[in-house]
Amino acid sequence: MDASLFQYLLRLGDNTLVLGHRGSEWCGHAPVLEEDIALANTALDLIGQTQLWLGLAAEVEGKGRDADQLAMQRDIWDFRNLLLVELPNGDFGRTLMRQFLFDAWQVINLGRLMNSSNPRVAEIAAKASKEAAYHVERSADTVVGLGDGTEESHVRMQAALEYLWPYVGEMFLGDEVDAAMVAAGIAPDPASLRAEYDALIGRVIKTATLEIPDSSFAHKGGKTGAFHTEHLGHMLCSMQWLQRAYPGASW
Amino acid sequence: MYAQMVKTAGSGVKDRDEMSEQEQDFQDRIDRGEKIEPKDWMPDNYRITLIRQIGQHAHSEVVGQLPEGNWITRAPTLERKAILLAKVQDEAGHGLYLYGAAETLGVSRDEITEDLLAGRMKYSSIFNYPTLNWADMGAVGWLVDGAAIINQVALQRTSYGPYARAMVRICKEESFHARQGYHIMMKMASGTPEQKAMAQDALNRLWYPVLMMFGPSDKESVHTAQSMAWKIKMDTNDELRQKFVDQTVQQIEYLGLELPDPNIKWNDETKQYDYSDPDWTEFFDVIKGNGPCNVDRMAARNKAWDDGKWVRDGLMAHAEKKAAAKVAAQ
Repeated sequence: MDASLFQYLLRLGDNTLVLGHRGSEWCGHAPVLEEDIALANTALDLIGQTQLWLGLAAEVEGKGRDADQLAMQRDIWDFRNLLLVELPNGDFGRTLMRQFLFDAWQVINLGRLMNSSNPRVAEIAAKASKEAAYHVERSADTVVGLGDGTEESHVRMQAALEYLWPYVGEMFLGDEVDAAMVAAGIAPDPASLRAEYDALIGRVIKTATLEIPDSSFAHKGGKTGAFHTEHLGHMLCSMQWLQRAYPGASW
Repeated sequence: MYAQMVKTAGSGVKDRDEMSEQEQDFQDRIDRGEKIEPKDWMPDNYRITLIRQIGQHAHSEVVGQLPEGNWITRAPTLERKAILLAKVQDEAGHGLYLYGAAETLGVSRDEITEDLLAGRMKYSSIFNYPTLNWADMGAVGWLVDGAAIINQVALQRTSYGPYARAMVRICKEESFHARQGYHIMMKMASGTPEQKAMAQDALNRLWYPVLMMFGPSDKESVHTAQSMAWKIKMDTNDELRQKFVDQTVQQIEYLGLELPDPNIKWNDETKQYDYSDPDWTEFFDVIKGNGPCNVDRMAARNKAWDDGKWVRDGLMAHAEKKAAAKVAAQ
């Protein structure tokens, strides 16, 4: 059980770590000052959630590691995030579309985790879900604003959705880790989130005058660690550099 | 100090008998310590000078995200990453209040942003220096924000109401920034030999550029008298610089780092520290665009602005559609 819970917590923590890192790459380069603030704010929330999820993961593992060691000293094959969150930022439209597609899943999943049989999981989910509710409101508004903005912004948002769509399906694929979580009442069956997710994004995408691609193909391998994209390794090179170059130092 | 070498509009301080009655009343209000508010009458040159100063200050906050953003992706722990994100978010927020304060003087944020991007307006010289190792994140918070605080605390008493109030709010956040910076320095200075070397390198490299933040020496500063009479500037460059040196030397000693200037010595007569002047030739080079990072910083800001145009246009178009739909529905 603990091995499965550890894996499950890594998935949650790695999602927020990797997406928070991607958001932080925008610092100082956003289209307008309000967006610089919003991107940094979202990234900050996600890194805060990472501290909680990976902190709990480290406790469950019981090998004396902490959240920082998990973040900074695992190599790519031990990362358990969805492929969606490790994709490069692209333009601002792709970054916000990715954020929305993730936020919509995150807010639903956290809502379920608040009823987890594991009180620690439920407690973190309750805290994170307040932030996620705000994140999805903001990313949905931006997707609508840009989808239903100018012709150029519409075309870019549709292109972003098409690029990202094949990475959405992975959120709903279950495996033996998920089965163990469901059996213990810790977490929901990923497939059970799909209907609510489709309804939520369907509404927003329609208001944005965009179209969901007609394909159910899903890339996979991120949450199981079977294989990531080439992009993740480059992110780890920057993110982990100091800890790798100066092992044992306290920062 | 996030605004330097602000050119004061006009031809210097007027004698009282050269002033119109309106100008005399204005000066009397300032002398009595009253705040000037956006709708009050003010001399054109006061308005123009304030736009330059507040605008430069705002631009500094915005460009100042870049040298710190350079390390957010490489922050060594989750906590350091979170703190740095919170800090740059604050800086961007300061930019917003300051642009807001400038707008009360009749310029739009977009207008002065275009002035920055075209090189017609400046930002603080300090942000034209690179951040090269992690200790720079400590040194920037401790020294750069520390220097800014010295200037900004004084500006809380400045004569223009919206600027003074923005400073009160900004100062609270800046003191958190300076503390987190010093905390990084303490960790580094008491860490491994490599970390201590990074701390010393950051201090040595940033010391003189930070002293330059206060602007040129009083004897060369041509803008001071009128701005001080208007209480846009509260202390001279050299007074502020001295205050900074006096407060920082002991902090360096506490860290156990070597002083970055061998001429720093306590002077028993003046009751303050003597120190070496920065190389003012280098300062004027940086101001003219020849600092180590000027070209990169402006390229980054221009790229962000140009690449972001479709986003701004898109969101604006959507807001207009929504407003039109609301009107049609009524």
